[in-house]
Amino acid sequence: MSIRLNSGGRRIDRDRVLRYRFNGRDMAGFAGDTLASALLGAGQTLMGRSFKYHRPRGVVASGPEEPNALMGVGEGARFEPNQRAPATPLHEGLVAVSQNHWPSLERDVGAVNTALARFLPAGFYYKTFTWPRAFWKHVYEPFIRRSAGLGRPPEEADADRYEHFNIRTDVVVIGGGIAGLTAARLAAEAGLEVLLIEQDTIWGGRAPVDGVEIDGNPAQAWVDDTVAALAAMPNVRLRLGTMAAGIYDHGYLLAYERVADRPDSSGAPRHRLWRVRARRIVTATGAIERPLSFACNDVPGVMLAGAVRDYLVDYGVSPGDRTVIVTNNDDAYRTAIALHRAGLSVPAIVDARPEIAGALPEEARQLGLTILPGTGIAKVKGGRQVTGVALCQQGGDGAVTQEIACDAVAMSGGWSPVVHLWSHCGGKLIWDAEQAHFRPDPDRAPTGADGRGFVVTAGAASGALRADAALSDAAAAADRVLTALDQTAGDASPPRADVPSEAPLAPVWMMPQRAGADLRAKMWLDFQNDVKVSDVRLAAQEGFTSVEHAKRYTTLGMATDQGKLSNINGLAVLADARGDAIPQVGTTTFRPPYVPISMGSIAGEARGDLFQPIRRTPLHDWHEGQGARWEPVGQWRRPYTYLREGEGVKDAVNREILNTRSNVGLLDASTLGKIVVKGPDAGRFLDMLYTNMMSTLKVGRCRYGLMCSENGFLMDDGVVARLSEDTFLCHTTTGGADRIHAHMEEWLQTEWWTWKVWIANLTEHYAQIAVVGPKARTLLERLGGMDLSRDALPFMGWADGTLGGLPVRVYRISFSGELSYEIAVPAGQGRALWDRLLSEGADLGVMPYGTEALHVMRAEKGFIMIGDETDGTVIPQDLGLDWAISKKKDDYLGKRAQARPHMTDPDRWTLVGLETESGAVLPEGAYAVAEGTNANGQRRTQGRVTSTYYSPTLDRGIAMGLVWRGPERLGEVLTFPKVDGTPVRARIVSPVFYDPKGEKQDV
Amino acid sequence: MLILTCPYCGVAADETELAPGGEAHLTREGPGSDDDAFAGYLFHRENPKGVHFERWRHAMGCGKWFHAARCTVTLEVFGTYAAQVTEPPRAIRDAVSARRPGWRWRDLT
Repeated sequence: MSIRLNSGGRRIDRDRVLRYRFNGRDMAGFAGDTLASALLGAGQTLMGRSFKYHRPRGVVASGPEEPNALMGVGEGARFEPNQRAPATPLHEGLVAVSQNHWPSLERDVGAVNTALARFLPAGFYYKTFTWPRAFWKHVYEPFIRRSAGLGRPPEEADADRYEHFNIRTDVVVIGGGIAGLTAARLAAEAGLEVLLIEQDTIWGGRAPVDGVEIDGNPAQAWVDDTVAALAAMPNVRLRLGTMAAGIYDHGYLLAYERVADRPDSSGAPRHRLWRVRARRIVTATGAIERPLSFACNDVPGVMLAGAVRDYLVDYGVSPGDRTVIVTNNDDAYRTAIALHRAGLSVPAIVDARPEIAGALPEEARQLGLTILPGTGIAKVKGGRQVTGVALCQQGGDGAVTQEIACDAVAMSGGWSPVVHLWSHCGGKLIWDAEQAHFRPDPDRAPTGADGRGFVVTAGAASGALRADAALSDAAAAADRVLTALDQTAGDASPPRADVPSEAPLAPVWMMPQRAGADLRAKMWLDFQNDVKVSDVRLAAQEGFTSVEHAKRYTTLGMATDQGKLSNINGLAVLADARGDAIPQVGTTTFRPPYVPISMGSIAGEARGDLFQPIRRTPLHDWHEGQGARWEPVGQWRRPYTYLREGEGVKDAVNREILNTRSNVGLLDASTLGKIVVKGPDAGRFLDMLYTNMMSTLKVGRCRYGLMCSENGFLMDDGVVARLSEDTFLCHTTTGGADRIHAHMEEWLQTEWWTWKVWIANLTEHYAQIAVVGPKARTLLERLGGMDLSRDALPFMGWADGTLGGLPVRVYRISFSGELSYEIAVPAGQGRALWDRLLSEGADLGVMPYGTEALHVMRAEKGFIMIGDETDGTVIPQDLGLDWAISKKKDDYLGKRAQARPHMTDPDRWTLVGLETESGAVLPEGAYAVAEGTNANGQRRTQGRVTSTYYSPTLDRGIAMGLVWRGPERLGEVLTFPKVDGTPVRARIVSPVFYDPKGEKQDV
Repeated sequence: MLILTCPYCGVAADETELAPGGEAHLTREGPGSDDDAFAGYLFHRENPKGVHFERWRHAMGCGKWFHAARCTVTLEVFGTYAAQVTEPPRAIRDAVSARRPGWRWRDLT
């Protein structure tokens, strides 16, 4: 059982006890503890259940690479799942729950999967859930969905604040171990601006734990001095608790700072996302120890040797009283020596190498520790806790030679550089056979805008694992940065470390070497995803021999692991199964983030009101005060309808329509795009942009126009007014204003740049109010100021003037079929005009109407709506708009495309009106069925509904739709099945349901 | 995230400030063009591994379109230049040649 020792623990303060809760139990730890060290210190070795087999699991590592001890931390609105316990600093009142078990960590029903393991190999779900077909929806899918994922997502909205921080700097150094500190110091001394970040909450990395001496002093003293020196330099920024999540193109780096994970009242954000642009990035990200693949290497109590040392030295915690060391290298002897010196028992050091000669083994020998060369672990004994190990010859097949009772196992398969960040942006790796790991190839670094490498590795991240080599490598890295940035070195001289020599490791990818199928099926490669040696071999056997395929077939290295612990061991097993060398197999792709980051930090401030700013018309506040139901249109909010006390939405819409058709209605049309196109070539330019001829439009007149993309499809429509000989005002749809403005600029700047045309988007300069209905003219005449008679301002004309003393431009255009004026007024005077219209028109029955009434009235008239009748595959000819396509023009955008055979095909679906036989409203988007089935066995179709409404004017359902050869088939009846299959019969009619001669708008 | 320098306003702009516009130097085919030429203009694009010429717009900045010459493999930027040309200017082609001797893009060298 793990225990807290009576002394030791450089990171903890035994005078400050912190209380926390784990799975509902009150627990205590010390200030400086992580959640994992506190739990281990309290004897809690069982920390979770594995993903697939629900095997009991304990903590394996001492950092964010931890695969097993994933916790849900916090409560309610501050709950975060999948937090790695060794990287979660303990704080007073912390609440944590373990994951992947039911009903409890100790008694878990899902553990039955362990007994079924032989039926659940890699890829079992691809094979198992395919039959019977009917089971998928109700049995398999719900089961898989319940089993999928690790922790539960939080159920409440996030209570915290997050922020982004943008910064440019010369150099970012990632990693505050001795290599990172050295590189940062040398770069800073040379005068460069340096940002040094470290994911842990203290500086120094492994060196102080490993007893390294630097420049004749203990590493900790050197670390303290160096950090103090850096902190005093004005060109250096230091950040602890800040993890480099990803490196991207051209020196872009995302770093994740956990600012205030414990609730406090300081107002600080919980997490901060640093968006860094650096000229050069130094990754001093260290190395991660590899597990060894022996049977039952996942039993709680089996840990990485380096992690055992960390818990002992940093937190005064031992994972057990009797710890067996199993290794293929000298470094693990440091753990043996440290445990022995702490008064703990090390019954044996099991070393796979037949000959052991290094200085550290020699020291262990002199301390009286037993070293068993050429030996491996055949199997770990115990269920929820290690009880012993059975040993065997490493070169054999697992015949047990000896059993040793113990309660912990410290394993080391060697160390792999953390190459993730190097690889994110395309840095390449080379295989280092001597150290049996992939390391960055300095000749193939990620390249920046100047074509040169912008990432440099330093220390163990380069593969320089020993402290002395790491320091000289860091100095060389700093040199490379200085050279690249044309900087002269400063005065500081690189530090030197003093460490014992180490003998080479022996690559061990399976223990024992000739283990049979029984043992292989219990050797875990990826603890988190329950991937075993047998699974990777199965993948290879079944043809998934590419490393990327094998990864996906087995889930090796997925989820939070991302290849941290599992990668090399898995590749080695795959290589062996393929009969290839490891470098031939290659690695999977390393993708950001290095360690998961919070969703909140990604969103930053962009949430709530700041997620997407709302655009408000000058009349927005009035609408809000009058019961407007909002409809989002682009970033605008438009009133859908105005609800009166006790009124339903449908009733309100009908009231607004009937009143507009019989009296007078007001519409806030301010959101319509208003783009001014001006210059000697403006007419020529608009002739290219619109399908109709705009250059012939007379000053004072308006024309409805269609705009197509170069592939012929209708993209926007609106009324164009010619303001003067060289000036046009183009109205666009509400959602299209910015897009059309950009479209115009694109063609002007990139195709017709010699044309003298200027474009300005004046959408927000004007409030625009539509005054609509038979009493519209009467109402406007009451305001007075200009002649709005039929002769003075005919249909499709415009005029400048004043109304009620306000400067206005009046367009006589109609989207409803009624007598209609659209009145533009400077935005600041929009509300004044609106209020005047309401007060002057009270006895005329003036009433505002919303977008739904607008939609119904335009449909009654058969006017198309961009986005309803069009969907990006519809050309104007489909909509019966040939009258708006100039036959005289040689060219316009889309003309050539509209001549392609598919576009001129008479079998295209074309716009018609639809009237149900019953008078009911057709369902939105319903399809008209035809006889027979298509090649996929689906019912053939011959048309679809594009707009459908209840028309209060006609007191029946009306619809428009695109129908195969529609206009030729007036009077035919089509069948539209509803979602439940019941048919609705509708007759093909003209799309103009109301006032087909257009008499009402032209009075 | 790329950084491209807008040749109009001189701002070294992050990619989030820019809008991509696809391949550069297409010749517009209008009415009268044959189907092959029109399909080539509308649909067919280079997909080079190496030197490429692209259109970009400084959409969240000065609003101007411009061209960029860059390497799709290393992300090296050889230069940016004005939109109002039908092929890369000599200086840009020389800059590409200096870094990628023997380069070829469509029929440009």
